[in-house]
Amino acid sequence: MRYIEPHAHMVSRTTDDYTSMVTAGCVAVCEPAFWAGFDRCSVDGFRDYFRQLTEIEPRRAARYGLPHFSWLCINPKESEDLGLAEDVLSIIPEFLDKPNVLGIGEIGLNKNSRNEVKIFERHVQIAVENDRLILVHTPHLEDKLKGTKLILDVLRNAGVRPGRTLIDHVEEHTVRQVLDAGHWAGITLYPESKATPARAIDMVEQYAAERLWLNSACDWGHSDPLAVPKTALEMRRRGHSAAAIDALIFGNPLRFLSQYSGFKVADHVGGSV
Amino acid sequence: MTTPKEPWRQRDALTDLYYMEARARLLDVAAFLDRMDRAAGTDDHRLRSLRAALSLLSDGKGDRTRRILESWSDPSAAPADSADTKGATGAWPKL
Repeated sequence: MRYIEPHAHMVSRTTDDYTSMVTAGCVAVCEPAFWAGFDRCSVDGFRDYFRQLTEIEPRRAARYGLPHFSWLCINPKESEDLGLAEDVLSIIPEFLDKPNVLGIGEIGLNKNSRNEVKIFERHVQIAVENDRLILVHTPHLEDKLKGTKLILDVLRNAGVRPGRTLIDHVEEHTVRQVLDAGHWAGITLYPESKATPARAIDMVEQYAAERLWLNSACDWGHSDPLAVPKTALEMRRRGHSAAAIDALIFGNPLRFLSQYSGFKVADHVGGSV
Repeated sequence: MTTPKEPWRQRDALTDLYYMEARARLLDVAAFLDRMDRAAGTDDHRLRSLRAALSLLSDGKGDRTRRILESWSDPSAAPADSADTKGATGAWPKL
């Protein structure tokens, strides 16, 4: 089996997780900027974090033969403070040309507030101006449906090319509208608060599987860095072909991420599932 | 109409694969509601929304997962004036 982990917060994970992921067939990992579990006090905290994402973590992953890529932003949970958010936005261009930076993400909304929308629009503007890929976080639980609609409105109004934007954490009530708008959709495999492997595969069977990817979004919370390969095994138990599994967990993320010319997978990749 | 051949479209194969898991989860929901019955206090919005969703399981219509998720969602359209919290509870608090 080979797979790409397109969304993992590896700064929160141990080196044992790197070993497990590579052993399971992971050939590249992508890390969006996110909330640290607490609000950072100043733009300097973000500058350090962006260095971690673009210099330190790629070196750590390289020890396991795993190419590491990142996305940059201030996450929506810290966007309520417009002053801090604007300060952070102003330093993002310093890091955009680092070789492992895929684009802007994970941006989006959390509680669907006016300030969050404003900072989301500013991020989208930066991505469009710099012709970069976009990774969008949709809100949690009861806020997801409304937030997804607001996000789609912003992207449409900004003239974003849908094929260069992935909208993440879709569930059964949001996946159709994301795909119908022409975007890519990400299904996050969480033990409780997002999709289980069985529900994820249900969505893959029902919708446009060629624009879907699976991710673990593993972080410091209740999550599993091996959620993607475990879901691949679940697909196999259901009788899906090796080719279909490989297309979903390797081919799809490869097609989307290869829109950034610097994206590469580990050179030891060969064969299929 | 042709009969689908894929294993993942065969009801008997899917029953073999998932029945015991679904059975266990249904019993967990039943036990959770029994536990609530034994506990003091009243239902908050989360419990109310959970109880309301149970009727969607047995109304004979499809798309249960989507409809349950929608029933727990904030139905408003305009952005909130501010984010007064960072977290979500699982169901719209005004339900």
